[in-house]
Amino acid sequence: MSAPTLTRQVFDIRDLNLWYGDHHALKNINFPINKKEVTAIIGPSGCGKSTFIKTLNLMINMVPSVKMTGEINFNGQNILGEKMDLVELRKHVGMVFQKGNPFPQSIYDNVAYGPRVHGIKKKKHLDELVIKSLMDVALWEEVKDRLTAPALGLSGGQQQRLCIARALATKPDVLLMDEPTSALDPISTLKIEELILELKEKYTIVIVTHNMQQASRVSNKTAFFLMGELIELDSTSTIFSNPNDSRTEGYITGRFG
Amino acid sequence: MKSKTADRIATGVFVAIAIIIVSILVGLFSYILINGFKHISWEFLTTPSSNIRAGGGIRDQLFNSFYILLITMIIAVPLGVGGGIYMAEYAKPGKITDTIRSCIEVLASLPSIVIGMFGLLVFVNVTGWGYTILGGALALTVFNLPVIVRVSEDSIRTVPRDLKEASLALGITHWHTIKTVLLPSAFPSILTGIILAAGRVFGEAAALLFTAGLSTPRLDYANWNPFSEQSPLNIFRPAETLAVHIWSVNTQGLIPDVEAVSNGSAAVLVISVLLFNLLARWIGSIITKKMTATK
Repeated sequence: MSAPTLTRQVFDIRDLNLWYGDHHALKNINFPINKKEVTAIIGPSGCGKSTFIKTLNLMINMVPSVKMTGEINFNGQNILGEKMDLVELRKHVGMVFQKGNPFPQSIYDNVAYGPRVHGIKKKKHLDELVIKSLMDVALWEEVKDRLTAPALGLSGGQQQRLCIARALATKPDVLLMDEPTSALDPISTLKIEELILELKEKYTIVIVTHNMQQASRVSNKTAFFLMGELIELDSTSTIFSNPNDSRTEGYITGRFG
Repeated sequence: MKSKTADRIATGVFVAIAIIIVSILVGLFSYILINGFKHISWEFLTTPSSNIRAGGGIRDQLFNSFYILLITMIIAVPLGVGGGIYMAEYAKPGKITDTIRSCIEVLASLPSIVIGMFGLLVFVNVTGWGYTILGGALALTVFNLPVIVRVSEDSIRTVPRDLKEASLALGITHWHTIKTVLLPSAFPSILTGIILAAGRVFGEAAALLFTAGLSTPRLDYANWNPFSEQSPLNIFRPAETLAVHIWSVNTQGLIPDVEAVSNGSAAVLVISVLLFNLLARWIGSIITKKMTATK
């Protein structure tokens, strides 16, 4: 029975250690991530959760003086190996950031940006992709009459959904979300959460969040990080109702963090 | 009570400083414009200058100023923006980068007369060209390049990091991210910087004295062959610019109407530089508005 469990894994992280200069930011992380599930990562500020999610598409490499050991296997390939093609990796592992960060271009061009660079030139094909991506994030009805308008004219929540559409347009397998609602109002947050529940039918999602209710509402699995260590990883219901570790319990009941 | 008094005094001092600055500027401008404006006429702008007789214009000097500016920018902008991209995006922090940066800063603060002497040595004598537009443009490039590098680097650095991350996270290469995200976002401020630098170049005299020379051959504006001696487009001919002209008529002019010519030229020069500045602001704000769609 071990074979099927293996193929369900998109990411398999083994003994991952990460240093920022001398600071040991991630310690011996072992973390499998399953296909078409939402994995939430919670923990107090500075626990390494954002660092961890940025290792999955190697955005962490933008930080000078980062050093890593261990393995991050993505579909069977260790992305920490020497010949990792970052462009190829990031096509498959999309990312959404804390704050909506659309390019100062039109709504259409924002979504078409990735596919265009990756070689889709035909207008018809691009149109379809843009429409589909915008529909996927439930933004199509709101913007279909002003696709050529500047994306920066959208509201904060719309901008964030546009950024999700932009990430989806390159057809990734995995979508990483780094506190995607921390800059949004409650209604926009709710919309994004509904979206996450829909997207998990098609995509594997890893979401870092400060908001524990959010983790419990949207995720299948929840991981609790503390001081650079993965304290506990289990199904969300177990973590929130019957955690194994007293530190997890302390955090989710609000005793610290 | 005490801190309130101090606050009042501080406010007074700063208001006084502001008034001093503004009145110096207004005084200078009105002096130049009032003295010069009455000499500016269509004829003044369109007749060639004269060496001996009164009534000469500044046609060739005006053309030379713009033409040298154009040639300078054609050389300096690609180099400067390229250097700025390197400094902002590729240079790794460390000793070498620090050295490059201090070189640029030293270059930026070199006195222009020193650049002129350097130009005389290299672009006039070593190359054997004599006084030429190209030599002048190269000297001005030396003068101008550090400013453009600096402006480009700063403009690229001020593009929000989010945008760069967003693009890289989509699997876009570094160069493509620079080309399609960073440069367009930085464009308004780079352009503003370039136009301001152009204003500086336009008014520069010292660097041109020994490189583009103090004379202009008899020009035939119907002759567009850039290799012809009489063609205004020839970059291997000497060319006196407006700023140099002001200097030369004042120091060695034989014409009886020295004052009229130099005051008129000064006014044209100041107005041109003013236009450069206004243009820079106007274009910058239009582009920013267009891109961000904010008011």
